[in-house]
Amino acid sequence: MEKILLAGFGGQGVLSLGQILAYAAMTEGKEVSWLPSYGPEMRGGTANCSVIISEKPIASPIVARPTLLVAMNGPSLVRFEDKVVPGGVIIVNSSLIERKVTRSDVKAYYIPANDLAIQCGTARAANIVMYGAINSHCKILQPESVHKGLEYAFKKKPRLIPMNEVAYRAGFEAVEQHD
Amino acid sequence: MARQLMKGNEAIAEAAIRAGCRAFFGYPITPQNEIPEYMAAHMAENGGVFVQAESEVAAINMVYGAAAAGFRAMTSSSSPGISLKQEGISYIAASDLPCVIVNIMRAGPGLGGIQSAQGDYFQAVKGGGHGDYKLLVFAPASIQEAVDLMFVAFDKADQYRMPAMILGDGMIGQMMEPVELPPAVDLQSLPEKPWCLRGWDGQGERRIVSSLRIQPEDLEPYLNEQMKKWERIKEDEARAEEYRAEDAEILLTAYGTPARICKSAVEILRAEGIKAGLIRPITLFPFPDRAFRYHAARPEVKGFVSVELSTGQMIEDVRLAVDGKKPVSFFGRCGGAVMSEDEIVAFVKGGAF
Repeated sequence: MEKILLAGFGGQGVLSLGQILAYAAMTEGKEVSWLPSYGPEMRGGTANCSVIISEKPIASPIVARPTLLVAMNGPSLVRFEDKVVPGGVIIVNSSLIERKVTRSDVKAYYIPANDLAIQCGTARAANIVMYGAINSHCKILQPESVHKGLEYAFKKKPRLIPMNEVAYRAGFEAVEQHD
Repeated sequence: MARQLMKGNEAIAEAAIRAGCRAFFGYPITPQNEIPEYMAAHMAENGGVFVQAESEVAAINMVYGAAAAGFRAMTSSSSPGISLKQEGISYIAASDLPCVIVNIMRAGPGLGGIQSAQGDYFQAVKGGGHGDYKLLVFAPASIQEAVDLMFVAFDKADQYRMPAMILGDGMIGQMMEPVELPPAVDLQSLPEKPWCLRGWDGQGERRIVSSLRIQPEDLEPYLNEQMKKWERIKEDEARAEEYRAEDAEILLTAYGTPARICKSAVEILRAEGIKAGLIRPITLFPFPDRAFRYHAARPEVKGFVSVELSTGQMIEDVRLAVDGKKPVSFFGRCGGAVMSEDEIVAFVKGGAF
């Protein structure tokens, strides 16, 4: 079971990324839940969502102790770094976060999501770069379901799918090539 | 049937349409706004009526009218808005009319906050409006269950001619999970409503819907009949899920999303050698007394813990059901804060009784 916490500021696409992960995993017959933070803090402030992907029915949909954290901005890393389970993973958006993860009992990846996204054509694909990074680490989704996730995300703008496939691949490879 | 990934509020709205709802009246409030939003987009194409009313009071009275005319009618709101509807709910109940009211609870009292809470248990179960009446109260713990209970709520409201409430915490409204949507009911297949208003042409039987029974010799017999109905409902309609309860020594009890957090806590406690289980009420009225009575009578059971997103409301019904046979203690978070499974585990291990 993966308990994923995605956090950033409003507009970075963390809620969408969570939906893409949940949808893609659902198409493989897995049990999924997506729980957003909601409320005034989302307006220009922080946004986060919890995604659980499991082979078995999901009990609590709340992720208090994530197995995988994606920190898209500095405040998210500060707020959630200590919550990750020992042996868990933190994927840091090193385009916006200069500091390193201070814990030694978790695996940290530093992925310049914004820079990689810009190289693919748009900074807005930073969340999709992280989509690739997440799956590169935990291999939870088959390539076909990854694609279904992108189709779901861009069902109103399918012309954006090829560019986002490239962004996904950039994130996937960045984790593979990480030390 | 294919599973879809749906937000709780949207799934509730779609399920209501499929369950035959053809009249929705509402007024916006977080965290249930996706329900009226969805109804605004989809009610007309299903031949129904959507009105964004000028207030919650207006909305519930529109439900009163539509229900009197025999339509499957519904409103939704969140805690402060549900408070505003209480007068109308009392009138609808007293007029023996079926309808469904959805309350996606936020933290109170007052304007409170917009995060998830369960502080409206008393209001839903004990009667938030004036006078002696009851609502059928259903408490889903997943999006799928919210969908399934929507069909049940409309059917049971019709069967017993009384309002039904779907009582969900904010997370039930905001969460996304896979759901299988049942097929839409055929409106022609629904039972006739021989009492509903169709307009009177001056001939034949005249139907009247009213909540006024001004003489005690009219009102008291009416209420006595209502009491008999509530007893039948308690006998026939109580629902609960038990999770690893059969050999449990400590029984957690919770409804809605906290019940799922309790399931995770049960797993942790079991792994540490503590025999924990869960009773999850699915109906809050009628309260599933029988499940509690059964376990309270088992000698191995040390006690019950009512886990709630409130300062302690359902615990009163738990205590009535347990009837002093075993200790009942309380663990809650409130004000929009949500407990973790670790907090529940720590409470149990710290000596809950």
